[in-house]
Amino acid sequence: MIRILFFAGLAETIGRREAYLAYPGPVDVAGVWVQVVGTPRPDRLRCARNQAHCDFGTAVHDGDEVAFFPPVTGG
Amino acid sequence: MERVELRTAPFDPYADLRRFQRSRGLDRGACGATAVFVGSMRDFNEGEAVAELFLEHYPGMTERCLEEIVAGTLDDTGAEDARVVHRVGPILPGEDIVLVAAFSAHRAEAFAACRAIIEALKRDAPFWKREKGPAGERWVSCNTGDR
Repeated sequence: MIRILFFAGLAETIGRREAYLAYPGPVDVAGVWVQVVGTPRPDRLRCARNQAHCDFGTAVHDGDEVAFFPPVTGG
Repeated sequence: MERVELRTAPFDPYADLRRFQRSRGLDRGACGATAVFVGSMRDFNEGEAVAELFLEHYPGMTERCLEEIVAGTLDDTGAEDARVVHRVGPILPGEDIVLVAAFSAHRAEAFAACRAIIEALKRDAPFWKREKGPAGERWVSCNTGDR
């Protein structure tokens, strides 16, 4: 199982903050987005795997946590 | 005290700084320089009044990201130690949002570390601001370069 989290305006846009995906076999972060959300990725979308920033080409494994979020605005 | 802390209520950055110095033994003579950045909430943004702010974060990743930024910066600059406190949740104008302090034997390393930490925090730390103003609520879309 892969746990997927969405944050901030992105969570509001797609209407959920969390989702689960049965591990589909070899998949990257971009593939997780396609299978869970399905719409084109927003401009400037960022992602993390297991709570570390990553690229959309990063491999995702069974049991991983993947997060999608807009550009950060802290500080 | 740990180097990184998230707070859900208003805090006094200057009192925090003193407590941190004492708890880490930074007030015993090894550090001649303390560089401090305090970011506070404005009552305006992009030409519009802002009455309240809500700061969302990614529990777990936010703390980890800040700890990595601090550790990496201390390695890069040679500064002795650093403190980061950041608010989450609802925030009102005038309240302090973030404290970054860097401690070093001399000022160059302290200034460099303080600047590097706040810039990396603004670029990478998973926080998101939602502003409430006369026209309703909106998510802040991006951080200003290095202003």
